[in-house]
Amino acid sequence: MNGQSVVLPVETLLPRRRALAGTGLVLSAAALAVLGGRDALAAGSSAGEADVRILNSALGAELEAIAAYQVGAESGLLTKEVLPLALAFQGHHKEHAEALAATVRKLGGQAVGPKARYAFPTDQLKNQADVLRFAAGLEKGAVSAYLGAVPLFADRALSQVAASILGDEAMHWAVLRHALGDAPVPAAFMS
Amino acid sequence: MSGLALVLALQVAAADVGALARGEQVYTRCAACHAIEVNRTGPLHCGLFGRRAGAAPGFDGYSAALSRSGLVWNERTLDRFLRAPMEVVPGTAMGYAGVKDDGERADLIAWLRAATAPGRCAAPPGTRNTS
Repeated sequence: MNGQSVVLPVETLLPRRRALAGTGLVLSAAALAVLGGRDALAAGSSAGEADVRILNSALGAELEAIAAYQVGAESGLLTKEVLPLALAFQGHHKEHAEALAATVRKLGGQAVGPKARYAFPTDQLKNQADVLRFAAGLEKGAVSAYLGAVPLFADRALSQVAASILGDEAMHWAVLRHALGDAPVPAAFMS
Repeated sequence: MSGLALVLALQVAAADVGALARGEQVYTRCAACHAIEVNRTGPLHCGLFGRRAGAAPGFDGYSAALSRSGLVWNERTLDRFLRAPMEVVPGTAMGYAGVKDDGERADLIAWLRAATAPGRCAAPPGTRNTS
């Protein structure tokens, strides 16, 4: 594994997240969809159309992330300790996609679907660390993408939705960096 | 080359290397949707300079607005677009606020110029520049 140790506190992270979900501190996809696009006036307006385009861009990236984690899960390179975490992260991306698609439809738009095929650098994935680094790159990009989308929404409730997803992506990125032996939170600010 | 000219040349080269390294870091923000050699949620960037906007080979996700924009990608058009994509091309599918810092944008464009140059990346068949 490129000489890198992978230290993943799976046993503690997964139960903790489930516990948070149980307290209501984690919004469900359905709740996010209700929250997002609640401004009926936005539907059909030019501002609403712009919001739909932004949401569909995010949805496209989420669908790609789901496919990427599937590639990682099926690679045979992840240990039995790491695989559940990858599947949990994939599950989060599925929830994001579900919420985004529902919101697009609510705004009168047509939600984009998954591509027939994705071009992933599978020939460069030789071990678990490669898979985790690939996933970490996608998660960091997702954080930046949501950060760049948050201020653009005409419907401020959608900014809240995007910020909520951004937080989740940032947690994924930090956990993956920690697993790779990198500083989990390398800076005080994201860009 | 005089000693002074050599020193200046070395300083310029060092500055370029620094700009490229910083530009590569800025590009990681684009990595949710873009890659150099493959189309993803957004189009590939190989062969970017001199290409008409909306013309990356094999990419079918362009907005009508970008395809009709008439933009041809170079330092000047990229600088404008990357600062505020949705203001420069209303209707673009690129839902991103932009790279607001002038220095970061310049570094990003410098890195893109180097990383996407013909011969530096594998452009898929059909890549065509208009310049």
